[in-house]
Amino acid sequence: MNKAEILAHLPYEKPFLFVDELEEIDENGAKGSYTFDAGLDFYKGHFRDSPVTPGVILTETMAQIGLVCLGIYLSGSAQGGMPGHVMLTSTAIDFMKPVFPGEKVTVTAQKVYFRFKKLNCTVQMTNSVGEVVCKGTISGMVTNKMNG
Amino acid sequence: MDREDLVAKLKEIVAPYTHDKDSLATISPSTDFIKDLKINSANLVDVILDVEEEFDIEIDNMEMARMLNVGETISIIEDKLKALDRK
Repeated sequence: MNKAEILAHLPYEKPFLFVDELEEIDENGAKGSYTFDAGLDFYKGHFRDSPVTPGVILTETMAQIGLVCLGIYLSGSAQGGMPGHVMLTSTAIDFMKPVFPGEKVTVTAQKVYFRFKKLNCTVQMTNSVGEVVCKGTISGMVTNKMNG
Repeated sequence: MDREDLVAKLKEIVAPYTHDKDSLATISPSTDFIKDLKINSANLVDVILDVEEEFDIEIDNMEMARMLNVGETISIIEDKLKALDRK
């Protein structure tokens, strides 16, 4: 599968699509970027008068770029395989720096293992000056159904 | 390694993924990983990977599909160890 096919297979739409560009993908990992639109609705409430991107959204962004794109690639590239859906099953993330509205972030993911349909990756997000914003591990099950 | 030792080792492996500590305490060959120990499908994969590492064996997809309870898992481990002459 090429990058455009993977992006087209993502099941998300605005305002919950957090992938702009997929820069690299192979059987060992993925790299992509996203710029947080300052108009995203959650900035109105997180936090009042001081918008900052919620950690769950940073986690989701790492999951969409790292885990989901890679899971689609791996399942779609397997012999006779069909690109599946990826159901998030666990996350362990440390947060180092805030991400403000309008910031561009880059996510890199490395596969730890993909066995018995479970994909486990280490993921890292950096900001536009290359500082690590958050990192950790994320895993999910590659399924044929959208809702498990 | 006898059956009791295998159950004890498997008990150690499943403990961190188990959400029913009472079922874990009374673990037996009929204990079901999902129904009794409340292990989810993603952590079931981790159980299998930990079994592979602990016993230095390789589990394939067909075997994985059978490993849903303690008894089946023990018998697969026993067969593997026997085949490798490492019982």
